Amino acid sequence: MLLYVLRRLLTAIPTLFVIVTLAFFLMRVAPGGPFNQERGLSPEIRANLEAQFGLGDPLWLQYVNYLNNLLHGNFGPSYNLPDFTVTELFAAGLPISAQLGASALILALLLGSMLGIIAALNQNKVGDYTVIAIATAGSTIPTFVIAPVIQLVFGLTWHLLPIGGWGDGALLNKIGPILTLALPQMAIVARLMRGSMIESLRSHHIRTARAMGLSDWSVVVKHALRGAVLPIVSFAGPAAAALLTGSVIVETIFSIPGVGRYFVEAALNRDYTLVMGTVVVIAIFTILFNLIVDIMYAVVDPRVRYD
Amino acid sequence: MTDVTAAPTPAAAKAVVGRSLWGDAWARLKANKAAMISLYYLVFMAVICVVGPYFVPHLYTTIYPDYVRTAPSFSPYPRAETIETSLGDAVKRMRVDIKEWHQEGDRVFVTVTSSKKVDERNVRYLERSDAFDNVTIDSTSPDGLEMVMSASVKQQYFLFGTDNVGRDLLSRTLMAGRISLAIGLLAGIVAVVIGVIYGATAGFIGGKTDEIMMRIVDVLYSLPFIFFVIMLVVFFGRNFILMFLAVGAVLWLDMARIVRGQALSIRRQEYVQAAEAMGVSTRGIVRRHVIPNLLGPVVIYMTLLVPQVILLESFLSFLGLGVQEPMTSWGVLISAGAKNIGTANWLLLFPAFFLVSTLFALNFIGDGLRDALDPKDR
Repeated sequence: MLLYVLRRLLTAIPTLFVIVTLAFFLMRVAPGGPFNQERGLSPEIRANLEAQFGLGDPLWLQYVNYLNNLLHGNFGPSYNLPDFTVTELFAAGLPISAQLGASALILALLLGSMLGIIAALNQNKVGDYTVIAIATAGSTIPTFVIAPVIQLVFGLTWHLLPIGGWGDGALLNKIGPILTLALPQMAIVARLMRGSMIESLRSHHIRTARAMGLSDWSVVVKHALRGAVLPIVSFAGPAAAALLTGSVIVETIFSIPGVGRYFVEAALNRDYTLVMGTVVVIAIFTILFNLIVDIMYAVVDPRVRYD
Repeated sequence: MTDVTAAPTPAAAKAVVGRSLWGDAWARLKANKAAMISLYYLVFMAVICVVGPYFVPHLYTTIYPDYVRTAPSFSPYPRAETIETSLGDAVKRMRVDIKEWHQEGDRVFVTVTSSKKVDERNVRYLERSDAFDNVTIDSTSPDGLEMVMSASVKQQYFLFGTDNVGRDLLSRTLMAGRISLAIGLLAGIVAVVIGVIYGATAGFIGGKTDEIMMRIVDVLYSLPFIFFVIMLVVFFGRNFILMFLAVGAVLWLDMARIVRGQALSIRRQEYVQAAEAMGVSTRGIVRRHVIPNLLGPVVIYMTLLVPQVILLESFLSFLGLGVQEPMTSWGVLISAGAKNIGTANWLLLFPAFFLVSTLFALNFIGDGLRDALDPKDR
């Protein structure tokens, strides 16, 4: 197992390398540069700025320098937020995004699984249809509609939640963003769980368990759930990577100082280092969570072995 | 080769009327209530979005400065109580004073005075107001310091209210629907075409080519999706036709995977091997066996792709990267609505309802098609 993990981590290096290279050159062939948008910047000052950040060097040299810095854990300075390095921006924002994302993921997994099991146990009955309706709504209504509607209903009409802002991490400020992030994921989890649970309940070992007179609770929770949880596990990996690295929409609408906003802003401002930093962080999260998923697979399903 | 099976005799053909695969699927789709209602709803939505703007008396670009953020209502504007304000505003621009005003039927009579001679051209200020038209000068006092003007009250309906700068939300929502639906279809088709060609090529050629082609797809997959889209926006600028062709070009990855997988599995089916053994040409196999079997998943995926594209477009427009003013789309409207949620919630609610209901309909149709076309489900 340990060997397997090591091997996976080693194969992640070339993947990361390809992603970094691709992102670097894609970003650079795009027209415009980080200092093009600023108004009233005289050519001399711009040249100086570009020289300071080494943007005047040939592209390959910049690339080599960037890789070199990256290997030393240095993401470089942000061009558009000149007082900060990319590392500092992430140190400040990532905990916030990750906290919201993790809460949303846990909520989605718990609630979604519960709904899915309820639906599977009441197949083609009222409970099932209710869950399907909730799941369809959750996966169809886009985040940028859910978020303002939550603001409208809970913030402006009922005055239960603040409309936005981080409020130094006050619980009330987190509820809106977490709900918005969790709802679509919950819908997917519920659907997956319903499908795999129905299949699992039909399998032979469940019939045997029932025939042996085990209680419903024990049949569902101990035996059926174990087989049914695999699709959820494989869904949770990429979902976790996406959720923990922040969401542009949610962070913009609720004015949350996370890292989700950086990506779009940085790409539009050609803040090369910040974009690259975001790409690398997302890629690392994705690779890491995919690895965790595969390990979880082996834990949940004893038939899966990595030797 | 000789035909092994004898052609059915006319009598036998008459006795058993066979149903084609597609006829069968259609019958099952028709039995699916949710899908059929969604289909009608979608057609309805498409028709009102395409035709509707011609019947709404307001252009989607017309700005009514007097009606900024007017609440949606079935009764006409201006309201009785706002006539005086509109009148006051117009008269203030004339730099004269109101001596007296009254309303008779739908005509408003106003007497203005000034210390200087009242200019006749002043009527244009009344005409410019969104609340009045047909302005006439009824009488002028001999010294020219007093003038009586009359104007009829222009009744306007804003069923969905107006937006931040005073544009009718109904015509904007319909226009936005046109753009959103058109983009969904356009980019959807682009994605399907690229995906099918790419996937089918990889699946049929197989071997090394397949491996390389799918590795490319994997790499593109691992790039953050938003990054990809934003790069396209950066490249293509804000030209939305080009951009959405590009968006379509991003969404083909799933399609390629599905088609490749399907093509690989169809190639290994016994009936294909049998056809090969019987010497059917490759083209014949592709036409008779592969395409009909591929069509199902492609059609299903396409119906699920269109809402994805509409969502993506809305998402981009929400971020301000998509459709640009004064052109509009549901994403643009929702974005504006989200910003004015405290003062004018209809700006969010109407476009959001249109978008969400359309997405629902498309999803139900997609699900219905999947149930209808999935042969395993029989």
